[in-house]
Amino acid sequence: MDLEETLLPGVGVRYRLRTSAGEVLGVVVRREGSAEVAVYDRRDPDRARSVLRLEPDEVDALAEVLGAPRLTQRFADLSREVPGLESGRFLVRAGSRFAGRPLGDTRARTLTGCSIVAIVRDTDVVPSPGPADTLLPGDVLVAIGSVRGLEELERHLAGPA
Amino acid sequence: MDHVAQLLLELGLLFAGLSLLGVLARRLGLSSVPFVLVAALALGEGGVVPLATSEPFIEAAAEIGVVLLLLALGLEFSADELFASLRHHGPSGLVDLLLNALPGFAAGLLLGLPWQGALALAGVTWISSSGIIARLLGDLGRLANRETPAVLSVLVLEDLAMALFLPLLVVALAGGGPAAAVAGIGLAVGAVTLALLAAQRQGHRLGRLLASADDEQLLLRLVGLTLLVAGLAQSLGASAAVGAFLVGLALPASFAERARSVLGPLRDLFAATFFVAFGLSTDPRAVLPVLPAVLLLALVTTGTKVATGWFAARRDGVARAGRLRAGTALVARGEFSIVIAGLAVTAGVPELGPLATGYVLVLAVAGPVLTRLAEPRGARGTALTPA
Repeated sequence: MDLEETLLPGVGVRYRLRTSAGEVLGVVVRREGSAEVAVYDRRDPDRARSVLRLEPDEVDALAEVLGAPRLTQRFADLSREVPGLESGRFLVRAGSRFAGRPLGDTRARTLTGCSIVAIVRDTDVVPSPGPADTLLPGDVLVAIGSVRGLEELERHLAGPA
Repeated sequence: MDHVAQLLLELGLLFAGLSLLGVLARRLGLSSVPFVLVAALALGEGGVVPLATSEPFIEAAAEIGVVLLLLALGLEFSADELFASLRHHGPSGLVDLLLNALPGFAAGLLLGLPWQGALALAGVTWISSSGIIARLLGDLGRLANRETPAVLSVLVLEDLAMALFLPLLVVALAGGGPAAAVAGIGLAVGAVTLALLAAQRQGHRLGRLLASADDEQLLLRLVGLTLLVAGLAQSLGASAAVGAFLVGLALPASFAERARSVLGPLRDLFAATFFVAFGLSTDPRAVLPVLPAVLLLALVTTGTKVATGWFAARRDGVARAGRLRAGTALVARGEFSIVIAGLAVTAGVPELGPLATGYVLVLAVAGPVLTRLAEPRGARGTALTPA
């Protein structure tokens, strides 16, 4: 994939992405937070042909739609690329002993060797959470590690209070 | 009629008129600057509504208008953007200077202006209107185009060059010899460098000093500081406009965004008053005789601007159609040509008033029209305004 970033002085930043289907997508993110999404002319590839204008709140909505599933997708890809590395998703149940406690209290890494790389909370994603981030009942933890480590982590998280 | 009533009525009519002109300009897809100039030309000669009572106010407001225009210009670009443009498009900026300033200078000498006046005319033909062009690129949906970074880089470099050119011009107009001019430009280079360095190292402190959650406080602090620096610069023999520009440059990018939104409406109001004042001070009867020369100069410098844009876009590997779009986009001249001419007129080169008025009238209209023609057939009329 080829994502090119260009500074537009006084306007913002322009990104150009050549998709695997061969089309070029242009995104201009303005300083004020609004954005323009463009497709280029086939005959004149320098020219943006159709331009979609998005207000800041629409940009946020679109980013959320595209961003949240992509994050977990990326973990899946990552584990596929490295042999022996797997990812897993673990629900923090309401009765769990870790609900309401900071992530650091699980000592997941020390005990199982697995890294918790994201917390999915309803539609939000907390990427790269720190030990001080509090876990809430209903949170889904995204972890990567070895198959055995992930099994241990599942038992550890589900263990009795 | 009592004096206050007269003043308020005149100003009320003036701003209402400006609003109508703005709507008309927007409908036609043009900048409001040429319309305001024409209206002011008509008012100056005892026209429809003679602005007798409000003239002193308009003159004072015009001075503030220039200061706010330049402050906003300084706020528009961050130091990083300036340096990036200089790295990628330094040669384009140089081509821009040589191709567009020299015809103005030559024309000034040929028309019998003193060399200081010719220097001012060089500035008038050199600097494109970043206000008109930025809006035009957005309206035409060209921001994502590949030639657009080249266009914007040329504009940024022109604006940076203004910070060096204005002090030089002010020194020259004040009658200083070559030594004084060199000293002036040395001082300007030093001040601009200092402001940019300050923005990078200490900008956050300045930002913190001015920052306030309250918009009113922010506006008062910003305008207060700017007028102080501008006044100081003016009293030192530099131009007030340059002082304001440096304040804008020195403010950090994080603060600039909020400052722009708070300052925007005030800037628009006072800048409009500045254009009115410039039009008022110009005798419309003096515009007609210089019109042939103005048209010829406009034609030549349209060609040189197209060549500038062509050159800059080619550096970015853009194809012919895009180079033509970049070139024609840069043709529009506007607010800063008027700022430069205004300096020259107040410094005692009144002949520049009609020249610059005619020149900006022609190119502020012709530039946007020309670049619309560079769009492929079928896409021309469709400025992407919501239906």
